[in-house]
Amino acid sequence: MLKVEGIDVFYGNIHAVRQISFSVEQGEIVTLIGANGAGKSTILNTVSGLLRPKNGTVTFEGRRIDHLPPHKVLTFGLAQVPEGRRIFSRMTVEENLEMGGYTRPGAECAGALEDVYRRFPRLAERRRQIAGTLSGGEQQMLAMGRALMAKPKLLMLDEPSMGLAPLLVEQIFEIIKELHAAGTTILLVEQNAQMALSVADRAYVLETGRIVMEGAAAALLEDDKVRSAYLGS
Amino acid sequence: MKQTVKRIPMPVRYLINTVLIALLVFGSTAYVNGGGVSGYITKVLMVIGINIILAVSLNVATGYLGQLPLGHAGFMAVGAYTGGIFLKAVNASELGGAGYAAAIAAALVLSGLVAAFFGIIIGVPALRLRGDYLAIITLGFGEIIRVVLTNIDDLLGFKLTYGASGLKRIPKITSYFNVLVCVVLTCLVIHLIMKSRHGRAILAIRENEIAAESCGVRTTYYKVMAFTLSAFFAGVAGCLYAGYLGSLQPTTFGFMKSIEILVMVVLGGMGSMLGSILSAITLTALPEALRAFEDYRMVAYSLVLVLVMIFKPTGLMGQYDFSLSRILEKLLNLGKKSKKEG
Repeated sequence: MLKVEGIDVFYGNIHAVRQISFSVEQGEIVTLIGANGAGKSTILNTVSGLLRPKNGTVTFEGRRIDHLPPHKVLTFGLAQVPEGRRIFSRMTVEENLEMGGYTRPGAECAGALEDVYRRFPRLAERRRQIAGTLSGGEQQMLAMGRALMAKPKLLMLDEPSMGLAPLLVEQIFEIIKELHAAGTTILLVEQNAQMALSVADRAYVLETGRIVMEGAAAALLEDDKVRSAYLGS
Repeated sequence: MKQTVKRIPMPVRYLINTVLIALLVFGSTAYVNGGGVSGYITKVLMVIGINIILAVSLNVATGYLGQLPLGHAGFMAVGAYTGGIFLKAVNASELGGAGYAAAIAAALVLSGLVAAFFGIIIGVPALRLRGDYLAIITLGFGEIIRVVLTNIDDLLGFKLTYGASGLKRIPKITSYFNVLVCVVLTCLVIHLIMKSRHGRAILAIRENEIAAESCGVRTTYYKVMAFTLSAFFAGVAGCLYAGYLGSLQPTTFGFMKSIEILVMVVLGGMGSMLGSILSAITLTALPEALRAFEDYRMVAYSLVLVLVMIFKPTGLMGQYDFSLSRILEKLLNLGKKSKKEG
């Protein structure tokens, strides 16, 4: 479904991502794990079109998307939940969600809105509330709901557990599992390797802009090197 | 218990608002032209109108888009000179009836378009920058316009701007009526755009640019669009200003003019059209009212600013915007509630 081949991404002179290749197949949850600064978010931002790779290609369902601006990429069915949630804090919950359906015609949006409210009843309760006053977990739900408004085929989540209490992290990962069960393909970027590996089918381990390990998530969860480096045991 | 809230249906709302605006425009024009107020007051009212257009238009870039451009006077200057040159060229004061009205309309639109064109030219590179950098680059633009107007008096052999001595003998086309019409149209157009999906995109960019981008908003396009819209109406205000004064000096459009407009927007509340209008009225009328205390009026002016910023840092109106229909609805529902209780 998504195929990334040999991309190099630079921030000015800084070579942030080196010759990275990976793929996501229809119906999978694939996770990229690694420490701070490993280049995980950079990769997501490159796929979604916020950044341009210097070399290499990104193809989605057979179409090259690495030269396209974000609003085009979105219309192909790739939605991103940006790192740190980034909700529109002075808009209401409903307005935030409507922004998520920005690229779609109004009639489709109404249906999508109902779907999102069904999945996140908490958001439905608070539809008129100013988004900035939501709790961290609710804001993460809102950010996910907003991305779902675009009815993506592939949902990219950038550190959904960031800054959340352990209980809420569990809750968010439950939702990820539910979304996956409902047929959404998911590309998940996480620092919380334990959680990410427990929900994912396959995983790639990143270190300073390179993929150092890849394989089935269950196998990586048992791997000694991964355990000592990322799981703290 | 299900609470039923009385709502005024949309067509009725539009009707009420249209009627009220028409009443305001024609009623007050008849009053002013009928000699209801002195010539001095009429002039002050015209300046207030021009300042309202400037403040409301800057509010698009500052309040809604969330940028800090400091070159609004530059766009105003472009509009003023365009309008002035055009009006002189067609000899507007010699035209009668329909020709006169058409010349005014053409001058206003042309001034707006030329200013908008400059808005695009400046906006495309400048909006890649943020915050202080955007402020500096637009500040530079405003100063460039002023310096160019001061030093260049002819273009390709045509004597147009008359350099430092200023553009003089511009037909005085600006009247209370056409200022008011321009104010209404400016507010209407900006209001309609801000209520549309384009407006929502602009607000989303202010709230969070990256999130807006990941929602599929073409951020560059909308930033330039908001900036251009802002420039367009600054140009219109400039043209009115040229037709009001009858002569233009490049020094009028200096840095302080931009700051003056910015102060109106910030004082009124960034992102509130009503706030911009009210503070444009206050900050134009206040110095006039204080004219008797010549030496102290700038002190009072600054004092007002300092006090507002201390006690209401979001501006007088914050983000609040006025809606007559909403107030009417509240009144309707109020009566109902008390009936229920009684």
